[in-house]
Amino acid sequence: MAKRKNRGRRHPLASAALLILGLAAVGGGYTVVSEAADASAPAPAASQLTAEDGQRLYMANCATCHGVEAVGTKNGPTLIGVGAASVNFQVMTGRMPLAFQGPQADQRNPQFTQEQSDAMGEYIQTLGAGPDKPDEEWLDTSATGVDIANGAELFRINCAMCHNVAGAGGALTEGKFAPNLHDIDGAHIYEAMLTGPQNMPVFNDNNISPEEKRDVIAYLHYLDESPSVGGWDLGSLGPVSEGLFIWTLGLGSIVALTVWLTSRPN
Amino acid sequence: MTAHENADATPHGDALDKIDTGSAVVTDDGFENPGFPPHKPRQTDLDPQKEKRAERQVFGWFLLSMVGSVFAIVAYFAFPITESDLGSVRLNNLFLGLGLSLGLLGIGFGAVHWARQLMSGEEIAEDRHLTRGTEATRARAVEIFKLGDEESGFSRRSLIRNSLIAALALFPLPAVFMFRDIAPKEDAVEAIAHTMWEAGTRLALDPTGTPIKADDVTIGSAFHVIPFGMDNHAHDYLDQKALAVVLLMRLPAEDLNEVEGRRGWSYDGIVAYSKICTHVGCPVALYEQHTHHLLCPCHQSTFDVTNHAAVIFGPAARPLPQLPIAVDDEGYLVAQSDFTEPIGPSFWERQNHVNNDEHVQVLGQNTEDRA
Repeated sequence: MAKRKNRGRRHPLASAALLILGLAAVGGGYTVVSEAADASAPAPAASQLTAEDGQRLYMANCATCHGVEAVGTKNGPTLIGVGAASVNFQVMTGRMPLAFQGPQADQRNPQFTQEQSDAMGEYIQTLGAGPDKPDEEWLDTSATGVDIANGAELFRINCAMCHNVAGAGGALTEGKFAPNLHDIDGAHIYEAMLTGPQNMPVFNDNNISPEEKRDVIAYLHYLDESPSVGGWDLGSLGPVSEGLFIWTLGLGSIVALTVWLTSRPN
Repeated sequence: MTAHENADATPHGDALDKIDTGSAVVTDDGFENPGFPPHKPRQTDLDPQKEKRAERQVFGWFLLSMVGSVFAIVAYFAFPITESDLGSVRLNNLFLGLGLSLGLLGIGFGAVHWARQLMSGEEIAEDRHLTRGTEATRARAVEIFKLGDEESGFSRRSLIRNSLIAALALFPLPAVFMFRDIAPKEDAVEAIAHTMWEAGTRLALDPTGTPIKADDVTIGSAFHVIPFGMDNHAHDYLDQKALAVVLLMRLPAEDLNEVEGRRGWSYDGIVAYSKICTHVGCPVALYEQHTHHLLCPCHQSTFDVTNHAAVIFGPAARPLPQLPIAVDDEGYLVAQSDFTEPIGPSFWERQNHVNNDEHVQVLGQNTEDRA
């Protein structure tokens, strides 16, 4: 009898609360530890570097897959003619050097400084000219004539089917995905359109002109700065996250309320 | 004793004579109602302190409800919606909603808490009454019905009765015919069987309408294309665009695996396919540059651009229709003709609108005739 009474006194949600507390502690701990690990990653800074330095960096870090003289191997494509824009995008978003072979390279903290990346870009440019890094003019979204609405229309027509209309990203085939576009450096957005990294198609200047690319960048930055008017946007993933939310939290709370309504108080 | 004999025998039993058992099989070893478990008093029944505390909690909920309602009024004025500031809508909705829901939930939670903890907790059972009326009520109902029939002459005057039934049957028919208005004015099949593309129509960029030169399309590019000269103020602009939209891609020419009859439909690795999925008509435009897969975002149908957009995954039944393209003397990409088959999802008359003179099947009759 005493044991029964004891059990009755424990709050019915005590075990659930304990579980949530435990999960939060483990998740929080992991985040702190992994962030601490990331913080120690950046490579040492260097001053003015030349194409020769770029070549040395290339030989040390890239040639295993892309081959000596960047002609490509069975593990990596040739880099002749990809241009400095491509190098800057791949290296400065941390996609290259590749962390591991998989469906596609993941974004992570860059492994090189901007100077080192530029030096490698210069080296790649000497092997065969390709698209260069964009002029500052095309990244200045505060310039006169920048049309966010036009950028939004271009984004809807050319980008939204993969990257989601709110730039939240989306799934592609066989493990590939279009990454989310929140808080991306304007230069990297421009270079991605210009060079078509990974499985993204190329949007050259005849398709989307530099002015139009600037409008698209302005639209994406506008999304970054504007709060979601409708409140909590659940990742802007549409029916996927909204459905999950309402089926678990919405229906879950209705079930919980029903159980509470019909249970016998002790 | 079989079930049949049992059912036969029961109506003769004395006790059951008065109850219409219908087709129910009455057995004598029925499950006995165990009654209620012994009543257990609640903590609030035993301990006056607990009772007092529960009372305070119910009061607390009702107080919270009052606070919520007042807060909603305050929030309405404190967070007004100002024009041209969308962020203000968010705060207004958030706090107004919080106040209102607190106002209503407080009443609900308080009432339930009150009923559970403080109202009488004795279990009682209320038996249902029989649904059948008394004999007198039943006889009276039949009487009224017969009287009504006699006085109105519904059975006797068969001419007007039958004409009333006919009139009632015809009355809803005009509404059925009016459903025709939902369909397009012109023949619906004609309207979706053809697109704006004609021989010599230039391919133009969506949405600017700038014509595209073949050498604009570098390898790996994907262009979203509409016919040149579309009038975006025309009343059927969106309908026509929905039929005519095309995705233009350039692949390394050696990657294309073209069938004999369609070699002339592409230009130097540049191919054009309808953007409308053959499954239920979503725009298929998720193009992967290196795998050459085209993915439909709605149901994950995947098309292989190297093999004339053959379906390699998902529910789509047919490949995407290919737009035959060429280059005119100024270097612009042009269509050789309309699509040789109706674009988009299946419809009953689709086969009648395939242009048999020009259409080249890529995967054999079976695949292309699929509904």
